[in-house]
Amino acid sequence: MRLNDGDPGFKHQVAAEPGGAGLKACFACAACTARCPVAGHLPEYDPRRIIRLTLLGRREEVLASPLIWRCSACYSCAEVCPQQVRFTDVLTAIKNLAARAGCAPPAARAGASLLAKHGRLLPVGEFENEKRAKLGLPAVEERPQDFQRLLGMAPEGREPGEGPA
Amino acid sequence: MKALMFLGCTVPVRNLNYELSARKVAARLGLELVDDPALACCGFPLKGTDQAAALTVAARALAQAAEHGLPLVSLCSACAAHLAEAEHRLKADPEAAAAVNERLAGVGLAYRPGVRVTHFMRFLLSEVGLEAIKARMVRDLSGFTFAPHYGCHYLKPSEALEGLDDPEDPQSLARLIQATGARALMHPSLKECCGGGVLGVDEELAGRMAGAKLKELGAAQVTALALVCPFCNVMYEGQQKKIAKSLETKLAVPVVYLTQVLGLGLGMSPEELGLGLNRVKPKELLQAMAG
Repeated sequence: MRLNDGDPGFKHQVAAEPGGAGLKACFACAACTARCPVAGHLPEYDPRRIIRLTLLGRREEVLASPLIWRCSACYSCAEVCPQQVRFTDVLTAIKNLAARAGCAPPAARAGASLLAKHGRLLPVGEFENEKRAKLGLPAVEERPQDFQRLLGMAPEGREPGEGPA
Repeated sequence: MKALMFLGCTVPVRNLNYELSARKVAARLGLELVDDPALACCGFPLKGTDQAAALTVAARALAQAAEHGLPLVSLCSACAAHLAEAEHRLKADPEAAAAVNERLAGVGLAYRPGVRVTHFMRFLLSEVGLEAIKARMVRDLSGFTFAPHYGCHYLKPSEALEGLDDPEDPQSLARLIQATGARALMHPSLKECCGGGVLGVDEELAGRMAGAKLKELGAAQVTALALVCPFCNVMYEGQQKKIAKSLETKLAVPVVYLTQVLGLGLGMSPEELGLGLNRVKPKELLQAMAG
């Protein structure tokens, strides 16, 4: 790796995202990696390494890596970090940039279209509400319009202007 | 004490036993839960790809709760933590709150700081209290052992939650189990993550994460693993068969919700608490309750 090949602007771009600023406080102690429940089962997932690569400006390598989507968002790293880096939040900032660059896997993108379609992640219809009624539970409703408006999406999950339904 | 029930997306469709038992326990302990059908998603599932959208969706729920003037109580740990984090952030960042309010105006809502967000279990502990819960117990569950599973978002991120428990040495769920007379099992994977957060992108990895605890509890022969989050339930109960297959082992670890354990202690029947809906049933416990 040639250090001059890095993009020195990348770390500033990550730090400018909400939750990203902690990145610059990292002194590489690896408390995050030691406490990470994912790293325990998948050693190539290494929070400290992701921070180093980001600080070194390895933009493409970080944003295109499938590993950044392996975080379980458990916040263990954030609890043990002596520098208040809050790696969970730093990685959220990185993932948001990756998503804007078109690198998010389909599973990570599914939420918004489900909300636009159903107003919830799991659809509720008559079948679900009959089951609920039998147990004496109140009915739940789908109100997707609010989510379409808030997310700027059409009912079937397409962005506005993306073509007819 | 009155609160607004936040069901989220998963519980009202997939975890009716959790919802049913929580409502019964709340009613027995004198807590009134109000429902609003307009409440839906907390926004957490959007966070990985678009935090601004996730925050806006959370603020929608916070604005709805503010209209009721009630605290928001969630059965799902991920919803509880995401909504609490959103409140924490919006309260501290007027610029972010203004941006969110611009978007909320389009659906006729406005976020104002000051909504209390809590998890159902913390709500029981703060509003009724451990001693009062213990005093209401009518059925002794001594002789049974439950493994509490705290999961991640019941405890973390700690600065946005209520300080009722220590993420590195959690006690609250064990104390609730002990309130019924049952034993709460301390086990090596007590604080581990269920893996639910990565299920969508890497099922095999998620399975290894959940499998470690299931193997441990299988060997310990607990009465049941006791949960407080529907995502943990997806992993430990819903995926248990698949995990056993991929790890080439046998697993039959009964899984219950902690609200069902409390309900039994409060004298309710397994049917009332939806135990018929549990997929890996605690047979030994159900036999004792029938007898």
